[in-house]
Amino acid sequence: MPTPQISAVSIQKSYRKGDLTVPVLKGVHANANKGEFLSIIGQSGSGKSTLLHLMGLLDSPDVGEIQLDGQRVDNLPSKTRDELRNRVFGFIFQFYHLLPELTLQENVLTPLMIRHPIWTYWPRRKHYRELALEIIEQVGLSHRLNHKPSELSGGEMQRAAIARALIAQPEILLADEPTGNLDSETGKEIMDLLHRLNDEQQLTIIMVTHDENVAASAHRTIRLAEGQMEMVENAA
Amino acid sequence: MYKFLLSTRYLRTRFIALASIISVMLGVATMIVVNSVMAGFSVEMKDRLHGILADVIISTASMNGVADADRWMEMIEKIGGDDIEGMTTSVEVYGMMTFKFANEPITRPVTLVGIEPRGKSSVGPLKEYLLGYDKEKGTRDPKSDPNWELSAEAKEYRKNWVFRSSWEDTADPDWSEYNQTSSGPETVDSEQPDFTDSEPAGDLPDTPNFAESPSPAVTPPDELVNPFLNQDSPQEEVDPTAPLRGRAYVGHGLISYQMTDPKDGKVIDRLMVRPGDDIQLSTVNAAMPPAPVSLGVTVVDILKTGMSEYDSNLIYCNLDYLQEVRGMVHPGTNVRDFTTIQIKLKDYSNAPELVKKLKAAFPPETFVVQTWEDKQGPLLAAVEMESAILNVLLFLIIAVAGFGILAIFYMIVVEKTRDIGIMKALGASASGIMSIFLSYGLALGMVGSGVGVALGLLFVNYINEIETGLSWLTGRPVFNEEIYYFSEIPTMVSPWMVFWVALGAITIAILASILPARRAARLHPVKSLRYE
Repeated sequence: MPTPQISAVSIQKSYRKGDLTVPVLKGVHANANKGEFLSIIGQSGSGKSTLLHLMGLLDSPDVGEIQLDGQRVDNLPSKTRDELRNRVFGFIFQFYHLLPELTLQENVLTPLMIRHPIWTYWPRRKHYRELALEIIEQVGLSHRLNHKPSELSGGEMQRAAIARALIAQPEILLADEPTGNLDSETGKEIMDLLHRLNDEQQLTIIMVTHDENVAASAHRTIRLAEGQMEMVENAA
Repeated sequence: MYKFLLSTRYLRTRFIALASIISVMLGVATMIVVNSVMAGFSVEMKDRLHGILADVIISTASMNGVADADRWMEMIEKIGGDDIEGMTTSVEVYGMMTFKFANEPITRPVTLVGIEPRGKSSVGPLKEYLLGYDKEKGTRDPKSDPNWELSAEAKEYRKNWVFRSSWEDTADPDWSEYNQTSSGPETVDSEQPDFTDSEPAGDLPDTPNFAESPSPAVTPPDELVNPFLNQDSPQEEVDPTAPLRGRAYVGHGLISYQMTDPKDGKVIDRLMVRPGDDIQLSTVNAAMPPAPVSLGVTVVDILKTGMSEYDSNLIYCNLDYLQEVRGMVHPGTNVRDFTTIQIKLKDYSNAPELVKKLKAAFPPETFVVQTWEDKQGPLLAAVEMESAILNVLLFLIIAVAGFGILAIFYMIVVEKTRDIGIMKALGASASGIMSIFLSYGLALGMVGSGVGVALGLLFVNYINEIETGLSWLTGRPVFNEEIYYFSEIPTMVSPWMVFWVALGAITIAILASILPARRAARLHPVKSLRYE
């Protein structure tokens, strides 16, 4: 069995609410191979979002390890983890999380702007803008380039968020309830888009959802309940 | 890159940030205006303070003075060498001045300074302060040097009143004067339009008692007495309109009073004594114990330096006469005593050096060596302290603006919590997030102080026009010329001051943004993303 591209090993995580310590994850394993579409499903509060955040290095586990290609990464210095987040992961959120001050194109360019300081970004800004155009075209939003997020519909915003996640050419796409805030029609469009990316670019996708139907389209599903893994299902 | 984009974008889209820009701007503008006006005032004031004082002043501890100025001046020449541009001796003594106005004798305490006009002019401005050389009202030839001669107008004026007063003399002096104020057509009354400015004072024939003061030691009493009776010069006997031997430039404040013109409500100065009038001076002679001496002098010109301290205190009179009257001339040798040597330097910055050398050469128990700044030390220090305190207070205004920025930034950070989380998720580092807000603060500070500097300089440039406008709006003068002696508000913009004010404001803006920026940097990405 090959080394999984990303794996979470016996993760424990608890949050503090005042004096109370609330355990969220109680020893969870999860891994995904290159090109795999993994979905994590569970009720609200089951810890599925926390697991995704931990795998995306947005947070550190109390116990356990996050490994990328077999290398432990969760204990790296924060600068390095910031760098990994920028280069390796692409994030999609339930509430799109676009920056309201920026236009769609600027929003899509954010990861590159974050990666490059002004003196290396500026000389290549044309190239980057073309790259952004290309990706925006892929998600079908080229007519909306200079609109602010507040002028976009939910589906458009989510597609913009996907474009933003893709521009950094990540190895792993982490999606937190990407369809949770959309009607079923637009949700399906988004899912189609994700599948296409998974198929065409062999992009590893880890998606958190509470929707059984959405989860079912993944290659593999991890079911979480109260911070523990219930079962792993392989798609037919 | 994103830092730059976002901080400029925030600047353009947050109207609340405009508030902090305006507060920084107002603070900066105020500081620049106040500092420029203060600097203008203090330069002007220093000018005037310096005005009648020479650069370096050597004065004797005793008012009786020291003999042989030439020997001392030679010594100064040797020590100072090339630095010295001019030197003059003078005699300074306290005294009283009496003149008659509206039939009342008016007495004022004065500082009596015996000068030699040419020498005095060589160590500092003198001509500029004499009303006879005034650009608009002066009656003297602007090219002539100050001297003790009466101007033609003053001579004419003197002729008239001497003639008149001899006519008045025929009546009982007390009663005739009393009656004149109410009836006589040729009377001298200050409110009569014919004599717009003043009434002739120093009615000497009426006041022989002034001169009778005992001064047996040095001066023959007859010299102090009414000069019309003076036997010294036959010419004076022949011509009663000739001026007295004593001549004086009288401080403007000593012999003028202010009144409001009933017609237009403007404050106007009226002179009680004018050139050509005689006044009576009393002081002490240079003997031990000092005896009072009295001298009649003819006012030759009026001294207006613009510093009320000087104008209401100083009388310049001819040095040789003062020396004679005070018994400062050694009989036989004709060596004269002096109380001060005034020195003008080519380059004032050498003054401390020279003072040090002179102090070593002049016996400290007899002489006090000072620069003019030492002499006016307390006043200059007061001005300096005033502007220092004002600056502290004004800087507090900018500090208040800084707290405004702090509060506003905190608000923006809270508002942007989610965005900060997003940027962190996309790989922004804590220091990157921090620098967004720091450069935001920097941008606010720069824009604020830039506009503030422009506004402040504009205000300073047009301050007198603004003053006129405000006076017109409020119906009363904002800047009263009578109080300040300046015809317009003096300003002086120092580029360094502008630079420091702007830099200070920018620094405060950055400092105020540090705290919110650190808070933003420490936000936990997951927690901030949950915020919805």
